[in-house]
Amino acid sequence: MPQLPAVIIDGILYASWMFIIAVGLTLVYGVMKILNVAHGSLYALGAYTASTFVAYWLAHGHAPVESYGVLLVAAIVVGLVAGLLIERGLLQFMYGREEIVLVLVTYALFLILEDLTKLVFGVDPLLVSEPYSLLGNLQLGHLIYPVYSIVLVAAAIVVGVVLALVINRTRKGKILRAVIHDREISMAMGVNVSRVYLVTFTVGAMLAALGGALTAPTTSVQPGIGAEVIVLAFAIVVVGGLGSLAGAALGALIVGLVRSAAVHYAPEVELFSVYVVMALVLIVRPKGMFAAAESRKI
Amino acid sequence: MNEAKTPTAFWDRTMIGLSAALLVLLIVGLVLPQWALSFGTVGVYLGIVVLGMALLMRTGLVSFGQGLYYCLGAYAAGTLDHFFNLSDLLVMVVAGALLAGVVAGILGLLLARYRDIFFAMLSLAFSMILYGLLVKTSQLGSTDGFGLSVKTFAGIALSGGRARYVIFSFACLLGFVCAAFMHRYWSSHLGRLATAIRDNELRVEYMGESVRRVIHLNYVISATLAGIGGALMAGAIGHVDPETTANWTTSGEFVFIAILGGTGSVFAPFLGAGIFEAVRTFALERFPNTWQMSLGITMLLVMIFLPGGLWSAFRARRRTA
Repeated sequence: MPQLPAVIIDGILYASWMFIIAVGLTLVYGVMKILNVAHGSLYALGAYTASTFVAYWLAHGHAPVESYGVLLVAAIVVGLVAGLLIERGLLQFMYGREEIVLVLVTYALFLILEDLTKLVFGVDPLLVSEPYSLLGNLQLGHLIYPVYSIVLVAAAIVVGVVLALVINRTRKGKILRAVIHDREISMAMGVNVSRVYLVTFTVGAMLAALGGALTAPTTSVQPGIGAEVIVLAFAIVVVGGLGSLAGAALGALIVGLVRSAAVHYAPEVELFSVYVVMALVLIVRPKGMFAAAESRKI
Repeated sequence: MNEAKTPTAFWDRTMIGLSAALLVLLIVGLVLPQWALSFGTVGVYLGIVVLGMALLMRTGLVSFGQGLYYCLGAYAAGTLDHFFNLSDLLVMVVAGALLAGVVAGILGLLLARYRDIFFAMLSLAFSMILYGLLVKTSQLGSTDGFGLSVKTFAGIALSGGRARYVIFSFACLLGFVCAAFMHRYWSSHLGRLATAIRDNELRVEYMGESVRRVIHLNYVISATLAGIGGALMAGAIGHVDPETTANWTTSGEFVFIAILGGTGSVFAPFLGAGIFEAVRTFALERFPNTWQMSLGITMLLVMIFLPGGLWSAFRARRRTA
């Protein structure tokens, strides 16, 4: 029988990984009211770019330690480029349409990006595990964990804290909250809403790419990883409440713990335990745990 | 009600068109090669599923979990053959429709309270639960699924070259029945409430109608159609697996076809399904690595330039001509 500490630690590790991906999704939804299906493709794009760059870097005899920098730079660059292109090239023409239409637009985008990724990076799995194995293992009691997983937890905390500080403590964050609260009044007050949207979407894309880049060393990067991740991220943001930062953190933690408990105690329910939780939360709290009450509009 | 305002004569243009299409398909089917019959069957069963999607969309709801019922229909058919030795296509389709309808009746109690993204997400969650269950159920073949074979249709033995034509004509007949039913439903009082709910559900409530009940009913109808489509698919293809039925990407395909065809007419889903299947077959052969991309681009173009789907272009041209 596995022990409770193992279940909890695994849950937290899994939650940190999912949080980095889900937080971008919830940010974009919170500000722009777009539930971005293509977030999964941006994640895949980040994973592919990071693996390719790191492999290239190592093949040219550079120090393996530098691959962490390459990983981050790759994620930021690909997220920046893809985010800017998608927002300026497509999404900016779609604002004002119904939320569900925007979901379909990003679904179309998802289909396009899936194949684009295959075209650029090929269909063979990429394996670049140097950044993962380089850090070695850490012994906690009689449990052994890779140090890289601990780095992921730290990364998730940094991402969460930085986002919370920017949104709640800075002038830019205040503008962002104004736009979330009332887009039209913010416009009337001289806020450049179009730019706020552009920046938000690009940051969301970078977070997705970062999630992918950080995952890349721990697994084999292959077609289909985007489709797999996006439904998990949906589950997390829906559990926490769409558009809520704290909700994404709580959602990730709940989903992480449930999944880890399922893996340890009842492996046969692992895959759908997450969706059972998602359905249950939606049934009890239809808008998720942290969703603000919304007045009904005629 | 309102006989003068609403032309609800039974044999209107759509009904005549549907009957003509059925007749042509049944006759042409006699001389078509085997591959064309298979292709036609796929177009029809996809069309039946999407017909249900179109009904939901007219109600203002997009389900990202219609694969749940498609899968239930398919597995109902598969299980009948595999475990009960009942290999009659008619029985399979009836069982698939019943199972899907009953499950939707139960889940609909919950789902009828949800709108927009939350409806999409909860239906997605239900579908993914079934997907997760099937993937881990080794008795049902896990990820590989299992094969089945249809041996009779309504008691008549299916053998050799005739089998494809019988399945094809049964699919066409079913498609006709479903489309005719849906057309009559859309022009009925209850059916018209769907678009009214999409436009403004509060006003519908003020007029004394129960929005939740209409949504529940429409949900059950759409699920039943998906169940029929799934059972037909299982019978025609002879194989069921979770990946191509319950996974969210399959539900996404149904959404895609519904957008492509449009929801303005009962012909639209079949038109959309036919074009989708043609593009998929062609693109998979010619450019296997970019067919999803062509689907995505088509979907964007349709949403930007033809928000009413391909069918609306056809209609507009006819009106101006």
